[in-house]
Amino acid sequence: MDPECSRLLPALCAVLADPRQPVADDTCLEKLLDWFTAVTEAGSSLLLLQENPCLVELLFHVLKSQDLSSRILSFSLRLAGIFAAQENCFQYLQQGELLPMLFGEVGPLGGAAWTAPAVRSGWIQGLRTLAQHPSALHFLAACGAVDTIFSLQGDPSLFVASAAGQLLVHILDLAMRGPAEGRRSPQACDWPACAQKIVGHIEDSLCSTAIPQVTQALSVLTTAFGHCHGLWTQGLWVRLSPLVARLLEKDPVPASHSLVDLLLSVARSAPSSDRGLWETLAQTLSHLSPTQAGPLALGILKLQDCPQALRTQAFGILLQPLACVLEAAAQAPGPPGLLEGAAGDSMTVDTLLSSKSACVGLLCCALAHLGLLQPLPQRPSPWPQAPLLGAAVTILRLCSGSAAPTSDVGGRLCAILVGCGRVQRAALDFLGALSQGTGPQELVTQVFSVLLEYLVSPESSSMVLKKAFQATLRWLLSSPKTPGCCDLDPHTQLFLTELLPVLQKRLCSPCWEVRDSGLEFLTQMTRHWGGQAGFRQALLASEVPELTKQLLRDPESYVRASAVTATGQLSSWGLCASPECPGAQQESLLVELLHILSTDSEGFPRRAVMQVFTEWLRDGHADVAEDAERFVAGVLQAASRDLDWEVRAQGLELALVFLEQLLGQRGSHCPYAVALPETAPPGVLAQALQVLCRVQLFEFAFRALFDCDRPVAQKSCDLLLFLRAKAAPCGSPQEAGDSPNVASVEATLQRWQAGEQGQPLGYLEPGAVVALLRSVDLEGLRDTLAESSDHVEKSPQSLLQDMLAAVGVLGENEADCY
Amino acid sequence: MKLYCLSGHPTLPCNVLKFKSTTIMLDCGLDMTSTLNFLPLPLVQSPRLSNLPGWSLKDGNAFLDKELKECSGHVFVDSVPEFCLPETELIDLSTVDVILISNYHCMMALPYITEHTGFTGTVYATEPSVQIGRLLMEELVNFIERVPKAQSASLWKNKDIQRLLPSPLKDAVEVSTWRRCYTMQEVNSALSKIQLVGYSQKIELFGAVQVTPLSSGYALGSSNWIIQSHYEKVSYVSGSSLLTTHPQPMDQASLKNSDVLILTGLTQIPTANPDSMVGEFCSNLSQTVRNGGNVLVPCYPSGVIYDLLECLYQYIDSAGLSSIPFYFISPVANSSLEFSQIFAEWLCHNKQTKVYLPEPPFPHAELIQTNKLKHYPSIHGDFSNDFRQPCVVFTGHPSLRFGDVVHFMELWGKSSLNTVIFTEPDFSYLEALAPYQPLAMKCIYCPIDTRLNFIQVSKLLKEVQPLHVVCPEQYTQPPPAQSHRIDLMIDCQPPAMSYRRAEVLALPFKRRYEKIEIMPELADSLVPMEIKPGVSLATVSAVLHTKDNKHILQPPPRPAQPTGGKKRKRASDDIPDCKVLKPLLSGSIPVEQFVQTLEKHGFSDIKVEDTAKGHIVLLQEAETLIQIEEDSTHIICDNDEMLRVRLRDLVLKFLQKF
Repeated sequence: MDPECSRLLPALCAVLADPRQPVADDTCLEKLLDWFTAVTEAGSSLLLLQENPCLVELLFHVLKSQDLSSRILSFSLRLAGIFAAQENCFQYLQQGELLPMLFGEVGPLGGAAWTAPAVRSGWIQGLRTLAQHPSALHFLAACGAVDTIFSLQGDPSLFVASAAGQLLVHILDLAMRGPAEGRRSPQACDWPACAQKIVGHIEDSLCSTAIPQVTQALSVLTTAFGHCHGLWTQGLWVRLSPLVARLLEKDPVPASHSLVDLLLSVARSAPSSDRGLWETLAQTLSHLSPTQAGPLALGILKLQDCPQALRTQAFGILLQPLACVLEAAAQAPGPPGLLEGAAGDSMTVDTLLSSKSACVGLLCCALAHLGLLQPLPQRPSPWPQAPLLGAAVTILRLCSGSAAPTSDVGGRLCAILVGCGRVQRAALDFLGALSQGTGPQELVTQVFSVLLEYLVSPESSSMVLKKAFQATLRWLLSSPKTPGCCDLDPHTQLFLTELLPVLQKRLCSPCWEVRDSGLEFLTQMTRHWGGQAGFRQALLASEVPELTKQLLRDPESYVRASAVTATGQLSSWGLCASPECPGAQQESLLVELLHILSTDSEGFPRRAVMQVFTEWLRDGHADVAEDAERFVAGVLQAASRDLDWEVRAQGLELALVFLEQLLGQRGSHCPYAVALPETAPPGVLAQALQVLCRVQLFEFAFRALFDCDRPVAQKSCDLLLFLRAKAAPCGSPQEAGDSPNVASVEATLQRWQAGEQGQPLGYLEPGAVVALLRSVDLEGLRDTLAESSDHVEKSPQSLLQDMLAAVGVLGENEADCY
Repeated sequence: MKLYCLSGHPTLPCNVLKFKSTTIMLDCGLDMTSTLNFLPLPLVQSPRLSNLPGWSLKDGNAFLDKELKECSGHVFVDSVPEFCLPETELIDLSTVDVILISNYHCMMALPYITEHTGFTGTVYATEPSVQIGRLLMEELVNFIERVPKAQSASLWKNKDIQRLLPSPLKDAVEVSTWRRCYTMQEVNSALSKIQLVGYSQKIELFGAVQVTPLSSGYALGSSNWIIQSHYEKVSYVSGSSLLTTHPQPMDQASLKNSDVLILTGLTQIPTANPDSMVGEFCSNLSQTVRNGGNVLVPCYPSGVIYDLLECLYQYIDSAGLSSIPFYFISPVANSSLEFSQIFAEWLCHNKQTKVYLPEPPFPHAELIQTNKLKHYPSIHGDFSNDFRQPCVVFTGHPSLRFGDVVHFMELWGKSSLNTVIFTEPDFSYLEALAPYQPLAMKCIYCPIDTRLNFIQVSKLLKEVQPLHVVCPEQYTQPPPAQSHRIDLMIDCQPPAMSYRRAEVLALPFKRRYEKIEIMPELADSLVPMEIKPGVSLATVSAVLHTKDNKHILQPPPRPAQPTGGKKRKRASDDIPDCKVLKPLLSGSIPVEQFVQTLEKHGFSDIKVEDTAKGHIVLLQEAETLIQIEEDSTHIICDNDEMLRVRLRDLVLKFLQKF
């Protein structure tokens, strides 16, 4: 600890111990604790306490004082825990009997302060930090802390209850680890007393009839198997698994969520040869209700090594709801075993029909689980792609009311699901995920027709439409190319002709979210298919490009931003121009986007314009390439005045692209890898510098270098470093001070750094630029910028000063109020 | 209690309720779908319509060719359009005491009822219903009268001939009762019979029942009605909405505890959500106008149009449509727009508060001020000078058979740039379009019906818990085209009773109580005796006085002086027989204790027999029977009056007297 902090510490302890001087800010106490943790990790806690007796005094004082706030008491408990984590310091505190007084029954535990959740939480956290060595275990046993922790598991404060469970696991782990660990037998007769006690408590809880108790025991075990990797955990499972299995005999199974968590946690940590575990899992799958079993089934299918029979059973659980839907909606009895081995069982049907919420919940979970499973390498094989597609389409039809099931179950399902947005969204997501696989053409046609139905339907909510657009895009992009031809296949082409009028209507929607998702869809589609003749033809024949352009003036800024991106993309592919007068419209688009950049009141459209411009420059967009210099100058001028730092940062990105085009690529994208520059040939360089000066890129970059937003400054620093590496490497013949105006420029820069950015830099000669690049300490600036903005204020010294000052300031503020 | 169902149209109901001694007509809606069988009435001479070929029978017989014309594969009656009236034969309508109107759409048949059936009662309606109803009638009369038609077809109505006609004429029902539109004079006369009421106002009908209008949330001044006596309550729900549109929200709480709830006027398009439809309307409108096309919106001059204009007010600037003119053409356009602004107390809370700012409650005032919305009584006159395209035109009639809309259909129908957007749900848009086929213009169907849908109904019924629900038969089964949609029907327990046109329904509950008042002085004279905790009885001698369906117990007149005069005697005939009253008995006789008492009093040889109704105590020695039943005790002994009196007194010991 540095001497200045040591000097401030007594005063701070006095403030903390004084109930009349409340600490205004909770975060200060947290920061103090962080600091003490850092100090004790770096050195000896014992030494710290000996050198700063005020700390122990503070702890003693806290015990004596009656009217201290619960925050300070909680803080003190946690502080004591930090010190006592080191065994020698623990002994030192034990000599003064301080620890029993803080954590034992004579301490806050028995007092009025205990009613504050903060104090109980502090007590637990203090013990959690303290319990690091065998002495701590003895201490815990001696002061009866474990019993208190047991009772805190049912604390009304969820934070306290959860921390109590974690502390139990920590203590158990501490007790079971150590030299004897490998030799411990599962029978547990030689387990340490402390562990015996905790395990005994867990056993009792598992046998309890009170569900909260069972839940607590299960969550403690889940934490234990999730976080402790000692061999002892296997012994623990051997001992407790019969009790866990007994829970399955009850109807309904108590605390099923926690049970599922536990079993998955065990399954992830146990060796795959544990047959008993697999049996328990299989049993659990068959005992739980369809809704409860879903997460377990998914967890089992994600396991790496798992018996095939169990996987089949788990997959069956996930498929069941969909199998029921397919069966119920079938016009005629279909082929048996549509989803093999998972024909809809009566329990699932009952759940589906019991209530709307149960039906929606079960279907959404099944769809979400299957959707998660779909892309995984360990997904079940063979994957029933076709029936799943059929099920997703059927669910979507039931939801839209377009399915006409003849069966009684089907009719009731339809009545429950019709218009249900949640299921629609889940099914569309799932349908989108299924686009990764193939399907029979007939089904794919159905997929497209149901997607179109959703896109057309006025009843589709904006969220459902967004999902429908996303799913459509995924299916369109995965649609097969006609062999031997680079164009779209006839089905897709036909679909496009139906889709574009719908998109047109959606772009006119009064709901901005719909217009926005329509534009996003268009952007994505154009990005992928801008070169496909069929797509281009269909798009140009529609009114979509014109409508998109009109949306640049939309009242909603998000829509304007999406319209900018979409028109940018269309224009990149030459899809904005009308056939009669190409060029004219393009130019007007450039002008229009520049207009948005300089006048739009919202940041999103301006950012979008910068991105489009950067892309245009990078891709050599015809209109930009025509006069890139003028283009860059105009854009940089507009961007430099922008109030949005992201626009300015994007301006630097554009500048960088321009630089790379003039001077060649950067060696690496890592900003720190400028050590081995490839200098440009002198002729090219001189020309390039001339251009850069003309477009006033330096003025822009230097201004950004001292930008009040750090990301901008960092980006500019990187850009200038890159430029310096290219243009003015060390040992280059050009010398600083060549140009007469360098001094005045430097003076201006200094003023800019000081925050006065009013004065322009004026026209710079290339020579002056090179000189400047050399003279400015770019590396130093980069290092400063790399530090967080509060690095000065974060020092412990500053923290202590602030806390002390705050107490004084607090009084003044109070006076101000009157 | 009976319900006479005079209309088969679920949203244009006309029912008569006989309840206590009153006859109450609930709404008198006019089914105008009959007009779809007629040729449109063009405002401007239409060569296409006037040169249509006459229709002839398959055998070439052309005797109907003056009356029936063929147009685009359909046959239409070439005559003044006629409407299908409510049943007039099922019940003598001159006996109807009152007519309760629930909203302005449900009163369009009023002149037919009040002017031609001998009706002498009163009509109750809210002020906005009357005023806007008047506008609708005025518009209708105007639309039809301004295009006089020389001929009136009647030959085709002959049953034998009708059978030979193609559908849908062949299947049209009750064609003989179809009538031409009423005149303005009849309208005025009918409306003069209306008495204005306010929400929650209690109106006594002959002292027998009380009727109360409640806000129904559907339209300006729209109401549901409570019809109740002291012990019975009938709710009449017609055209209600739970959506937040311009009218005052629906009062649901007052519908609770009804014995019978008559449910009519649900949404006609249960699968279309009004919000989605408004979105669809705006999208299509904007798309058409952006392409340089015109938009035609056939509509009524009041109702949803206010909400549509409000949506457009918010939408047009954002959609870049500020320069597009909106025209509202109706003989009553001006009145409708202005009326809407003055009925502040009938509007939803948000709009009411605007009035205090003060601002007009509806933003169409601003649209008019800024010249974005212009209104005209007809296409003639100023409109033709101002007319600019592309534009949006709101005009009537939604049936497309009369009104200015006919002109626009003829004018714009040939161009695919234009769009007609149907927002009113009352007419099938395909049938409405039939005489204009082939049509190049786009047709969009966005029916906006804010009335209750089946999900809302099921929630409503769960909340208000009526004992019985009565509704049109259409609501008790899924729509014919979507027979699997069991969610599109009323689902309640016990199942709803359904009715159809010309049916009489005996409502399933019996009146059991009647309230009787006791005059204070008579009440004063009563001496109640508590016979068990909380229950006191008193004997009352009084005169029951019944007048205007109110029953009052009055003290009996003093007993007449005993005189011998014959005249006096005659006066006292009315006086009830006021003998000295014997005390009334109550309670029951516990047989075992009674037997013990008998034994104590020296009776021996007692036998007790159980009978179906009670017990028989047999005193064998005295040859006497005591027959104890729930409501009577008989002592049967052989002429031994002494014994009878002794036994009687023993029996009386167990009973209370008062």
